Amino acid sequence: MGSHNIVRTSRKRDTTHIRNTAYLFLAPALLPILVFFFLPALAAFVLSFTDFDIYSLGDFRNARFVGLKNYLQLFDDPLFAKSMVNTFYYVLVGGPLSVAVSLGMALLLNSKLARFKGFFRTVYFAPVVTTLVAVAVVWRYLYHPRFGLLNYGLSLVGIDPIDWLGDPTWAMPAMILLSVWKSFGYNMIIFVAGLQSIPEELYEAARIDGANAWQQFTRVTAPMLLPTAFFVGIITMINNFQLFAEPYVMTQGGPLNSTLSVVLLMYQQGFRWWNMGYSAAIAFVLFAIILAGSLIQAAFQKRSALTT
Amino acid sequence: MTRRMALHIAMAVIAGLTLIPGLWMVSASLMPAGEASSFPPPFLPSRVTFEHYAELFTRLEISRYLLNSIIISTVVTAISLLFNSMAGYAFAKYRFAGRDKMFRFLIAEMVIPAQVTTLPLFLLLNKLGLVNTYAGVIVAGMATIYGIFLIRQFALSIPDSLIEAARIDGASEFRIYWSVILPLCKPIMVTLAIFTFLTVWNDFFWPLIVLTDDSMYTLPVALAILSGEHVRDTELMMAGSVITVLPVLVLFIALQRYYIQGIMMGSVKG
Repeated sequence: MGSHNIVRTSRKRDTTHIRNTAYLFLAPALLPILVFFFLPALAAFVLSFTDFDIYSLGDFRNARFVGLKNYLQLFDDPLFAKSMVNTFYYVLVGGPLSVAVSLGMALLLNSKLARFKGFFRTVYFAPVVTTLVAVAVVWRYLYHPRFGLLNYGLSLVGIDPIDWLGDPTWAMPAMILLSVWKSFGYNMIIFVAGLQSIPEELYEAARIDGANAWQQFTRVTAPMLLPTAFFVGIITMINNFQLFAEPYVMTQGGPLNSTLSVVLLMYQQGFRWWNMGYSAAIAFVLFAIILAGSLIQAAFQKRSALTT
Repeated sequence: MTRRMALHIAMAVIAGLTLIPGLWMVSASLMPAGEASSFPPPFLPSRVTFEHYAELFTRLEISRYLLNSIIISTVVTAISLLFNSMAGYAFAKYRFAGRDKMFRFLIAEMVIPAQVTTLPLFLLLNKLGLVNTYAGVIVAGMATIYGIFLIRQFALSIPDSLIEAARIDGASEFRIYWSVILPLCKPIMVTLAIFTFLTVWNDFFWPLIVLTDDSMYTLPVALAILSGEHVRDTELMMAGSVITVLPVLVLFIALQRYYIQGIMMGSVKG
């Protein structure tokens, strides 16, 4: 074919031109990512080994390398320990709770009996897109011990008022309740997609074998949904590790530091006290934890991709 | 039949609980000052008043924050849509040395949480004189790895023959991107536009750091600061929350099909 040959030769002539065009297409996106994301991340690593503080802000030469001092200091810092305990509490209780609620809602929404699915989906999903700061402001009033709707609702079923944000025992559960409300719609959508990808024949086969609804759930739905649940669990955990706006707005980390999160501590150290070296070390501990979570996720996904 | 009813009652009750915070926010914003702090807590205003909205726009200059939010969110969305789509298309449809390595490296970078970059980024922008400017917020969002990824996945499905045909017709490479690729990518572009706009609008951490002067605040930053100063003005703060949330909520409801498709793409492929 003549025309085919013409395309071939012209293509050869154009390879360099096309490659250069590719770089031109990439540069506007990759340069900002390099300069405003990747290099700062590397610089943060360097920063975490310095004593960069307010004096270095005026002149960078005032900063000195201090080796592992910042990281060693973290181990002795009771506030850092407290922030880690708080954050892990939030992640390990709030994460699974959020995933469980999302799964339950996905099962309801995916039921064959359910109608008005579009309407309910929109309602459940709406909190996801709302502005976190505004939501935190609203919930601060909902949590008011005397005038808040939550305690009023609880009093109707005979529960005594709880000082949600003023009592160190209840402040973190209050953050968790808010996060479940705010995030369950997102995971629910992913679970619905997961449920819909399970072949109907598996349920038919189970019914022929005499499986009841519960057995169908444990033998078909649960194992088929496991990769989705794992994916959802990891993203929820990664998100929850970055807890910041809720305590910033609702409690400023209090009472008695019971809602001080790792990112809030990092923010205070870096941008309130300008201990930027120390703050960078906190940021890298956060990074290490998130990296570990992501690696577990990647390993799991690779394994499930090989087996299915 | 009864099972169906039980299911719908459960779904309706949960929907009600989900909506209560939002409904109360709107309702309280319309109450006369002080009414929300009475016992038992009223759910509806005894008399509807718009005085808190008026106060926000006159005395507290919320229109300034609203404008800041609109400018920053719109500019970031426009720029990042252009840059991400160019890069995503290049990764999908051009062959060049190191392409796959470069792409894998980019994807791997996604595990870096944004908080890690904030300290040096602040120092860099401080040197460049961009602290407390729109540009300071915008540069951090000019391109996103996730956006490049979404466009690339979508563009992979565009047949090469279309691009070849345009080349034979003598179209320039940029023209092919602009007139052939972009129209085909419209669904994913809409998805990415909503994602980006909502993310930037709702963002708090970075604007809080980089915007130091109160005339530059975005709505979330202004609301966080105001709510610290006006703890007792419940109704006023609810009006401020309504103004902050309403634009994104309306946008989501209007375009939710695209938004939800985007989540599923990200989760299935990511």
